[in-house]
Amino acid sequence: MSVWLGILFFILAGFAFSAIGLGLSFLIHPRSKNRFKLETYECGLPTIGPTWVQFKTQYFTYALIFVIFDVEVLYLYPWAVSFTQLGFSGLVKMFIFIFILVLGLWYAWKEGALEWR
Amino acid sequence: MLENIFVSSLNWLKNLMAAVELPAPLADMLILVIKLAAILGFILINALWLVYMERKVSAFIQGRIGPNRVGPFGLLQTTMDVLKLISKEIIIPAAADKKLFLLAPLMIFVPPLAIFAIVPFGKGMAAIDLNLGVYYFVAMASLSTVIIWMAGWSSNNKYALLGGMRVVAQMVSYEMPLILSMIGVIILTGTLNMNGIIQAQEKVWFIFLQPVAATIYLIAALAETNRTPFDLVEGESEIISGPFTEYSGMGFAFFFLAEYANVLLVSVMATTLFFGGWLAPFGWTFLPSWFWFIFKVYIMVFIFMWVRWTFPRIRVDQLMGFAWKVLVPLAIANIFLTGLGKYLFLS
Repeated sequence: MSVWLGILFFILAGFAFSAIGLGLSFLIHPRSKNRFKLETYECGLPTIGPTWVQFKTQYFTYALIFVIFDVEVLYLYPWAVSFTQLGFSGLVKMFIFIFILVLGLWYAWKEGALEWR
Repeated sequence: MLENIFVSSLNWLKNLMAAVELPAPLADMLILVIKLAAILGFILINALWLVYMERKVSAFIQGRIGPNRVGPFGLLQTTMDVLKLISKEIIIPAAADKKLFLLAPLMIFVPPLAIFAIVPFGKGMAAIDLNLGVYYFVAMASLSTVIIWMAGWSSNNKYALLGGMRVVAQMVSYEMPLILSMIGVIILTGTLNMNGIIQAQEKVWFIFLQPVAATIYLIAALAETNRTPFDLVEGESEIISGPFTEYSGMGFAFFFLAEYANVLLVSVMATTLFFGGWLAPFGWTFLPSWFWFIFKVYIMVFIFMWVRWTFPRIRVDQLMGFAWKVLVPLAIANIFLTGLGKYLFLS
């Protein structure tokens, strides 16, 4: 059997396990109707204003930097695996590649994208 | 004899199934189910035990006694807690996005379980021997971020939303040093397979060749599992319980289970990558390989708990600054040095 079918089986089993747990709980848990119980929890007070508001932009800049670095890693892993076969030229090329990305990190740092304000 | 007890019992079963001429796909399926049951049992028993251990360790550090009422030495405490949680009502707040609210606890346990499928628990004891091992770990582990964010967003609660945003910022930032620190090890081994990485440590463990990577990995792993000093996500004193504020009963129990499964998982990965996995230290092979594996994992878990009950929580700007300004540059420098070192000395 293919390896990936096995992985898929484990993923489905994870869903099934959680579904059984939640389902079992749904069957036996007590039910009491109470309007106040279904209110949003906020230390006893009614909530004021909408909750789904706009984010602090700082979260977005971190996410952007993350995406750039995540793509970099995509290229670093295959390079690391075939390190010995690639020899010296592979080493130099990858160092240039990493250097360009470090330059990007340095620029983000300089522009204050890494500061939490 | 003890060494091969699991492998040979599985082989015996395979032979038995061949003897009764079970069709091959059905036999494969049955083997997979047995492996799944074993891993699920392993995770559940260890998660129950880890909660108990955490409470005992914290009690020891703080000079208390800890749970000691339910069962001998309080050993049944967490089992009873789970039974209590099952019988509690699952409250879905009127304002919540109901589908996502229920989907999050349904999915949260999937990534850890799927990763445990490729963990080599002992010599030849990986349920699925995956060539992509470490890469698969990275891909699967990052899914947890989305699921916790789902919980935070769908609750429609201000604390939950704040906690959810912190989860995304923190886990995404610390994923970078985590991934980069593993590359040093992969340069040395030239394989992503977890068994291959362990066998490459026959002579010397990678903690001695990659001390910087190991340190970065441990710090980032603490942040990835949202444990103190990086537990801003569910800082009880500021945002109640973060994304899990609105969850009750079994929904909460699954988040709790997943948290401890993740603690176990990062300890397992640390053991595999840096501490020689199931290899016996000093050639002490009189104890079976799976014993050594569990032993090392528990030492790692104990270190995580020790850190948790020793350090205070850090501030959010310190948290993000530390990841991007210290750990990422350090991890990149480590890749540089490892690459140069391997080229100069080993090839």
